[in-house]
Amino acid sequence: MSSNDEIIKTENLTKVFGSGKKAIKAVDDVSISIKKKEVISLVGQSGSGKTTLARMLLRLLKPTAGKIIFEGQDVTNIEGKEKKAYWRKVQAIFQDPYASFNIFSPVKKVLLDAFKLFDNKFTKEEKWRMVCESLEAVNFRPDEVADKFPFELSGGQRQRVMIARAHLIKPELLIADEPTSMIDANLRSGILELLLDLRDTEGTTIMFVTHDLGLAYYVSERLLIMHEGKIVEEGEADKIISEPDHPYTKQLIADVPKLSEEWLLE
Amino acid sequence: MEESRKIMLKVDGLRAYYKTRSGERIRAVDNISFNLMEGEILGIAGESGCGKSTLAMAMSGLFLPPLTYESGSVFLDGENIIGKKEEELRKKILGRKYSYIPQSAMNALNPTLKIKNFVIDLLKEHDPRMSKKKVLDLTTERFESLSLPPWVIDLYPLELSGGMKQRVVIAVSTLMNPKVVVADEPTSALDVTSQKIVIKLIKELFDEGIVKSVIFITHELPILRHVCDRIAVMYAGEFVEIGETEGIIFNPIHPYSQALMQSILVPEVGIKGKKLPSLPGSPPDLRKPIKGCRFADRCYLAIEDCRKRTIGMVEFDSRKVRCIRVDHIKAKEEVVPHVQQ
Repeated sequence: MSSNDEIIKTENLTKVFGSGKKAIKAVDDVSISIKKKEVISLVGQSGSGKTTLARMLLRLLKPTAGKIIFEGQDVTNIEGKEKKAYWRKVQAIFQDPYASFNIFSPVKKVLLDAFKLFDNKFTKEEKWRMVCESLEAVNFRPDEVADKFPFELSGGQRQRVMIARAHLIKPELLIADEPTSMIDANLRSGILELLLDLRDTEGTTIMFVTHDLGLAYYVSERLLIMHEGKIVEEGEADKIISEPDHPYTKQLIADVPKLSEEWLLE
Repeated sequence: MEESRKIMLKVDGLRAYYKTRSGERIRAVDNISFNLMEGEILGIAGESGCGKSTLAMAMSGLFLPPLTYESGSVFLDGENIIGKKEEELRKKILGRKYSYIPQSAMNALNPTLKIKNFVIDLLKEHDPRMSKKKVLDLTTERFESLSLPPWVIDLYPLELSGGMKQRVVIAVSTLMNPKVVVADEPTSALDVTSQKIVIKLIKELFDEGIVKSVIFITHELPILRHVCDRIAVMYAGEFVEIGETEGIIFNPIHPYSQALMQSILVPEVGIKGKKLPSLPGSPPDLRKPIKGCRFADRCYLAIEDCRKRTIGMVEFDSRKVRCIRVDHIKAKEEVVPHVQQ
């Protein structure tokens, strides 16, 4: 793969929590590469280190060792202005949209605050117009939700506001950490569709972080299977599901209850 | 369903409402009726807020405010447990005949007590004459028969993993061989590997005859497919469809059940091209009485008649469906997908 196709990669990325005897390698020597406009899923069980890896990619957590290369540039240790510029390009959507909000701010403030990441000065009208556009992009009527507080919205609506925020910032890479695990199955498709729309209309690269293999398989082109801090298998989603290679992947696929196969045997 | 089997739990027209401080009543469980046979596993599927956990609590006969009893009856092994005193319920029914494994089983254990002391406290409450040694023997024996390591009883809850805690809670809450066990989302906080172990444990309790009948409450349909004999689909406080597992999963009839089944995502080749349903709107406000079908506003098949009167269950081929458009749905061979919003 030529380096032009690549948006982000890690080289031997490692994160150790604690020290001495109690040290835990949450992420262990991970080298991955993500292509532009790709939808990729990082799949692992609780405690596999997937969220730690995502937080390092987001530069919310300092790696113990290794490098993060974003568009050819080493961003492992950038700080201040450079980090702000990085966040303009790399954004996240978290599992609990309630925790991502300031509970005292109405929706419009949450969205207007995003402009702090921009260097250009927009006028008030311009900002408002862009906020409205983003809210409309996620099927809200701006006048209906702009003045609402987070507690007045349902989980699905809050998640849509977070997607509107991503739409406003138009990041190049969006990391979605369990974006639908708190949302009912019937509303899930709407959220997934909005995320995938971002890829189609804005060319956003999307990385899903999830424990739900069914969801990961449904949305992504490639899968990264993580286990005990290591990426144990990666490849085309179809190939991994139909012919898993690593014993852990096989175990994982066998443990998920399916519709057409027997599950509780042995 | 074989009629010769004994009815273990008979719920008839059960209504349980939440009373708010402002005096409003939320009709969380509205007119639920079903029979649970001896030796049967029934699954209750539905999304958050549909009243499935409230139903589990109401079936225990213990109504803790703000939950209040409205009407209906619950016969457990032939005895109506509605209206019994709390004292009597706690001593004679709960844990002995009816055991409820709560959703937050993770927090059900006392963090300051070792498992064995917790069990001693618990069993003393039900049978004060039981000696400590007897309690411990019973617990160890039960743990062994369920292939749980018996040394676990010497540990504190914080020393156990999530899956192990859940298994301990299940083993402890079935120590007195309750006839009916209601497991409320027993696996929702667990990863798939621990999930499988927990489900196996409940199956084991059932297969060994320690418990007679099980009600499984979950929103994870693929699990129900593998453990249940029958499935009931719940929406906005009511059952909208109940029938045998295979039929409900592969040939759902009620438009809501259809949407629910279509939204299942499993890692199987072939689901990638599937179009997921997206229901417009949200479930109805249960504070107001609803005329007609509760799903009508989100249903692609709704007609004027759906909103005019209370919709009853239509029964055919061992299935019950709360929909007046059953004939219309059955006439079409293929399942009509929900319109994308």
